[in-house]
Formats: sequence, structure tokens, C-alpha cells
Amino acid sequence: MIISIASGKGGTGKTTVATNLAVSVSCPVQLLDCDVEEPNAHLFIRPSIQETKIVTTPIPEIDLKKCNHCKKCAEICRFRAIAVLGDTVLTFPELCHSCGGCMAVCPEGAITEKGRELGVLEAGVMNGVSFVHGRLRVGEAMSPPLIRAVRDRSWVDGLTLIDAPPGTSCPVIAAMKDTDFVLLVTEPTPFGLHDLKLAVEAVKILEIPMGLVINRADMGDDTVTAYAQAEGLPILMEIPFDRKIAESYSRGEMFALSLPEWKARFRELIEKIEAITGKGAGAQ
Amino acid sequence: MKELVILSGKGGTGKTSLTAAFATIATGCLLCDADVDAADLHLLMHPDVQKRTDFQGGGVAVIDPQRCTECGTCIEMCRWSAIGPDFVVDEIGCEGCGVCVDFCPEQAIDFPVKTCGQWFISATRFGPMVHARLGIAEENSGKLVTLVRQQARQLAEERGLDLILTDGPPGVGCPVIASVGGATSVVIVAEPTVSGIHDMARAIELCRHFKVPVMVCINKFDLNPENSATIERMAREGGLPVVGRVPFDQAFTRAMVQGKTLLEYDGNGPTGDQLRRVWESILNTSAMRAEK
Repeated sequence: MIISIASGKGGTGKTTVATNLAVSVSCPVQLLDCDVEEPNAHLFIRPSIQETKIVTTPIPEIDLKKCNHCKKCAEICRFRAIAVLGDTVLTFPELCHSCGGCMAVCPEGAITEKGRELGVLEAGVMNGVSFVHGRLRVGEAMSPPLIRAVRDRSWVDGLTLIDAPPGTSCPVIAAMKDTDFVLLVTEPTPFGLHDLKLAVEAVKILEIPMGLVINRADMGDDTVTAYAQAEGLPILMEIPFDRKIAESYSRGEMFALSLPEWKARFRELIEKIEAITGKGAGAQ
Repeated sequence: MKELVILSGKGGTGKTSLTAAFATIATGCLLCDADVDAADLHLLMHPDVQKRTDFQGGGVAVIDPQRCTECGTCIEMCRWSAIGPDFVVDEIGCEGCGVCVDFCPEQAIDFPVKTCGQWFISATRFGPMVHARLGIAEENSGKLVTLVRQQARQLAEERGLDLILTDGPPGVGCPVIASVGGATSVVIVAEPTVSGIHDMARAIELCRHFKVPVMVCINKFDLNPENSATIERMAREGGLPVVGRVPFDQAFTRAMVQGKTLLEYDGNGPTGDQLRRVWESILNTSAMRAEK
């Protein structure tokens, strides 16, 4: 089963839930940190990295000896990543979406593809948690292909947890798409509620079952609870604001390890998700 | 005209709460919300929308079943597997490259331009505001951020305002890159957690990459004084000004619940005093003092 952990608003506790869940369950578990712009899960899991791989995206390379400057490549490119000026061809790799249109349309076979580095994928293990994350190269704008590269490591069997980036646009969709369940982590504040509603709409478009975790549950107001009831969204867990939890988070610690009652509660959370999806955590 | 962009790397460190607090103090400024994906500033600003404009993104492929002969060329050429075996395009999966449109031998694929959001010019109690809403599950967030910032600049010029205060998005990717270029300076709101430090470092690196001056403001500094000291040391080593240390104060949440800025909610408390000092320090940085 693949569970993605998302939120809409940043800083609501996605990584807290994903990492604590990973160290609490009794079945084999894999954690994929798909927040490739700002990956944080490794700061808590602290895996020993056993594999580092550069992830690239294909971009065109033009053989000027074969090119006859017909401009078909520039015409097909909707992202304006190729321009033909006189007898030179300019490419703008950071605008290229790697669709392959230019290569396919070139009548002279003058275009091949080479890789452009987006970032790195790192994989490792710690205490039975199999860990993979992506780190987007700073200055790079194109995160979805790197997110998909991390997603490609999903297990076929066993439990896979995905720590998604904040927001509701393409990177989040790449992280949540084709998962079995979305766990939305929110906080009971106007910002939390507003962004939760957006996230819920995104999950509805993807037609994935979902449930809520309310973090810092006693800090704001009760509008999130009212919204969840009105929408028929199950509230699967509430984590109260506790300065001790906040401080342990600040040090990179997982409170499920220091507070055993929480380990049990995270296991219950998985059981509730199993009941909703009708799938075993360790099943396909 | 100057533009100060508030970033953080990590989400939830307090960008929007601090932007709103600064808006309360600053005079003659224009507000710009560059977080078009999960915008929240309007929840404190209660903008009165005066002008609403559709944002046109790219095209999206639509197969006309009348003309389609199901030859399979489009399925073969689509690198996003966005066309199902039933020859229906998955709009979410479609990248908008139009390769299928160009290669369809029957010319059976249309490519209508998609409206993928809206942007607004509004009035608030602190001055004009330019903001936007990207449609859910849409692309082109960077393009919309660029548009919002351009409009903010134009409006500030028209109204004779010399400061734009821009609330930025989290992360270091596409919309953040679009938020940073050409800014006078960036304030990074960092929290003293291992994640906050890690993400601050990447946000600083991004600003350096685009050659925009950076300053650091520590929020919730008393949550972990040791980590706060680490942030200060990192800033010092990087030659970056630390413009303030804002305490962890639940009044931020209470103010938010009432739809107010912290200074409106509790302007005379110690946090309010601290925020005024932070704003003064920001204005006194060499980046903000320089004539532009």
C-alpha cells in the first residue's frame, strides 16, 4: 500500500507524521521523501546513504552539420526552448520540458538527446526503514521529473510512505498521483483550513481516498473539525500542541520513539487507513 | 522602487504572519502575494477585489472522437502517458507540449488554451494588494508569480508607492525562483529546528545563485536557543545580517483566528515591540538603504 502525506500549507507536520509513522509500524516500510525542494525527512530518519544517483532530464542536442535551419524544431516547441537564428540554433535547457517533439519533428535527424542534471536521488536504510529522497539542485526549477524518479523506487509489496511537498500544483500532484491513500496533515487555524480545502479539492480530482491528521489540535479554533464533518472526511489522529514535542522536533527527534504511547497511536493510524482502503499495509 | 521578498525555504515558519505584521508598520507600501499555490495573506488582509483577470496558461490536448481513427500515434509519442487506451487525454497528466497535436495524422487533436488561475488587484486597510489564485492541480505557477510581481511593480509606480512587500512561496523551486529575480532584498524567516536550518541554507544558496542580497530573521527563536545560535553563526559566516529574533508567541495564532495582524491584535506586547525593531533593522540594512 502506498500512502502519501500531504497538506496544502507548509509546516503543518507532514514530515513529523511521515517519519513517526515509518518508525512505528511493525511491517516492512519504505519512506520516499518527495519534497525534493526542501527534503527534511533524512534529518529525522538519519539513514546511512548507500546509493547516490544523479537524476537527469533529456534535452535536445543539435548537430549543426546535419541541421538545415528549417525551423521545424522551434515551431513545434511550445516552451520556446529552441530558437533558430540565421544559421545558429539556440537551445534554452531550463525552459525545456523534455517532450521530445523537436527530435521527432526534425527531418534531418539532427537532434539527439542528452541529460540535464536536475538533482540527486539518495537511498539508504536506518532501523529497518528503507529510505529514498531527491534533492533538487539549487537554482533548478523543474522538480516533477525528480519526484517521479523517487516515486519509481516505490515497492510493489509492503508499505510505502510518501512525504509530499506543500501546495496543490504540479509537484504535489506528482507526489500524490496513483497512491492508495492521502493523509492530509493540517492545523486548526484559518491558514491551515484554507489550504486544507485546496488540498482536499486536489485529492478529489485524483479520486484517492483521504483522511486527516490535525496537528497542534488545541491551538487554533474548531473550524477544521466542522469542515471535516461537513465534508465527511475522517479525522484519523489529533496531535495536541506540546512544547516538548515541538522541542524534540527542533532537535530532529521522533517523538514516537521517546513516547511509546505515540508509537501505539501511529500503529492505530495505519490500522484505520487499512480499514478505509480495505488493503493491508504490507499488501500491494 | 524597492521590493522586499519574504521567503523561508521551509513552509510554516511564519512568512505570512511576519509579512502582515510588517504591512501594519510600513507606510506607503504595496502588498504582493507571490504564493499563488496556497495563498494565505488575504486571510489577514481581507482584500476588497477591484479588478479580476483570468490567467491563461498553456494549452491542453483534447482528442475529438469524431476525427480520431485510434491509430495510436499520440499514445506512442506522449512522454507523460497522459493518453489512455480509450483515447481520452488525462488533463492532469497532460504537460501541454502539443506533440500529439502536431503528429496526429488525422489532425484530430485540439489544443485549447487553458485558463488556469486568476489574479487580482485589491484594496486593503494597509494599501493596495496584488495577488492571485492558481487553479488546483495546475502548472505554470512560476509564470503566474512573474505576472503578479510585474503587475505589482506597475501598480506601485502608478500609485507612487516606493516599496513592495512580497510574501513568497515555500521551497526553492519554480515559483520561488520566479519570486526572487530582480528583488531588492530577501528576508529569510528561519525557525530554529533542524529542518528550518537545513531549508534556510538552501534558500540562501538560491538567493546567492540569483545574486539577490539576503538577510535572516529568526522566528520562534526561544523554541531552541542552541539552534538559534547556529542560525546566527551561519548568517555571520555568510556575511548576512540577522535582522531579528521573534519569540514563539501563541498570539500569532490567536491574531490569525481573528483575521488580524499581530500588531493589530496585541501591538503593545513584547512581540509587537520586537517586530517593530525587526522592521527598523530591515530598513537599515545596506541592501534596503541603497538608492535604486
